[in-house]
Amino acid sequence: MSALHELTISEAATLLRQRQISAVELTRAFLERIAALDERIRAFTLVTADLALQQAHEADQRLQRGEQVTPLTGIPLAIKDVICTKDIPTTCSSRMLEHFRPPFNATVMERLTAAGAIMLGKTNMDEFAMGSSTEHSAFFPTHNPWDLERTPGGSSGGSAAAVAAGMAPGALGSDTGGSIRQPAALCNVVGLKPTYGRVSRFGLVAFASSLDQIGPFARTARDAALLLQAIAGPDPRDSTCSPASVPDYTAELTGDIRGLRIGVPVEYWEAPGMEPGVARVGQEAIQRLRELGAEIREVSLPHTRYGVAAYYIIAPAEASANLARYDGVKYGYSYRDTSDMWEALDKTRQYGFGPEVKRRIMLGTYVLSAGYYDAYYKQAQKVRALIAQDFERAFEQCDVLVSPASPTVAFKLGEKLSDPYQMYLNDVFTIPANLAGICGISIPSGFSEGLPVGLQILGNAFAEATILRVADAFQRVTDYHTRYPSLLEGKDTA
Amino acid sequence: MIDRETVLHIAQLARLGLSEEEVELFRQQLSSILEHMAILREADVSGVSPLAHASRLTNVMREDEPGPSYPPEVLLANAPDQEEQCLKVNAVLEES
Repeated sequence: MSALHELTISEAATLLRQRQISAVELTRAFLERIAALDERIRAFTLVTADLALQQAHEADQRLQRGEQVTPLTGIPLAIKDVICTKDIPTTCSSRMLEHFRPPFNATVMERLTAAGAIMLGKTNMDEFAMGSSTEHSAFFPTHNPWDLERTPGGSSGGSAAAVAAGMAPGALGSDTGGSIRQPAALCNVVGLKPTYGRVSRFGLVAFASSLDQIGPFARTARDAALLLQAIAGPDPRDSTCSPASVPDYTAELTGDIRGLRIGVPVEYWEAPGMEPGVARVGQEAIQRLRELGAEIREVSLPHTRYGVAAYYIIAPAEASANLARYDGVKYGYSYRDTSDMWEALDKTRQYGFGPEVKRRIMLGTYVLSAGYYDAYYKQAQKVRALIAQDFERAFEQCDVLVSPASPTVAFKLGEKLSDPYQMYLNDVFTIPANLAGICGISIPSGFSEGLPVGLQILGNAFAEATILRVADAFQRVTDYHTRYPSLLEGKDTA
Repeated sequence: MIDRETVLHIAQLARLGLSEEEVELFRQQLSSILEHMAILREADVSGVSPLAHASRLTNVMREDEPGPSYPPEVLLANAPDQEEQCLKVNAVLEES
């Protein structure tokens, strides 16, 4: 048997059901792993060890009785700190919410708890999920387990790094413009952004409400399917959550993709900034899919080049409205050294928010302000419609679309901090799916310069089963997802 | 492209206090970012309706049924300041 921290969720679930291991043993193994490694990686903003062991004990009782046992019963998970956990700090890696303890659980937390899953802790992120490197955390940057001098990507960098380093077998993140798929790619793990409306956003601290989705990280597509199964489905508390029933995702993992039409969007491969090593790995992955019997065809998404600009108008616009709630009155940081209402408000926001959040509030307020609304915001929404139409046409000819998830491998800490637009460009392949509301997954697909490269598989709205089937088929004939960062173990280098 | 007065005006609309350094930094950075956004003008959007969200739903209705709410002390647990089960704020109206 592998070391406990190397088990996938599916493997651990089998051993738990057979009572070969206990949930307490499994949880202890991950807590020990966190204690040994997280000083260097800094994936967690909070480790909830006592709670985890208590939940593990309860899971063991369920397993012993054989009642209410699900594939997640006794499985420890890491949770991005943007997801509300009742009475447990939920900071969004912001000074503004440093001491905030939500009075309720997010719907996804209720569902994970009901399934018997265990929470190991809360993970670091770019403040309010705004960023692509986790360097915009107000507390500390997270380090990429594959090279501690590099970022894990972001904004869900803590969740991705935790899974990559074997500090959790799975995690939840959120994806507004690529914040699950890009860090998954840069850390060599699986990350899935569900279709807009597939997973309830109740209890997800809002960044850009028309784009945000919660989704899973794991080592395998099968594990991502198990996690999605548990959290997906209608929720009366989120009116944008789809009433559509949730299919049995693992039943679709047949390993058979013969005859499946896989589109290769030509514009993605011609994008400026694509590293040759990343393109090479991407091409090799496509060759693998061809060998598995898929039919590969070129498609065009002609409005791709407008994606980043449209997104960085729409997302900050929505953020500037959503973050207006932080006024220092109801909860969160509050500037107290004045009796003047306006000064208190200005300074609460000046000292409570970090630089990237302020930049986006400024940008969003500008594009929504009188005189600029039509030129920027409305124009961006029209372009958004064109990007959505691109996908509609592409999915008439194809079942899925594939490309690298990020144009580059993990970049150095500090490398893109001084030039915000360079950081934004890293999201070029992930943003369009959020604008169109479709689903996407990034899976380990090889290495360039010793660093992981993720393959992104995009599917039509509510076609999660299809992208998971492709991802699983790819993982059956490759072993990239089984490799661990060498600096942590001194073995299994890429 | 963006001048200092515009930065100060936007900051006031957003109720965001800025240091002198931030005013200058955002003047430069917002100008640079908005230059990149100019590409959107090249898109042919004639006859295209704006897309506000990707949800495929319209007008989600539910029964108007009363449900349990939170006790005041739970909702006030995170409040920076409170008095007699109310949020305490600075004076809104000034004495003349």
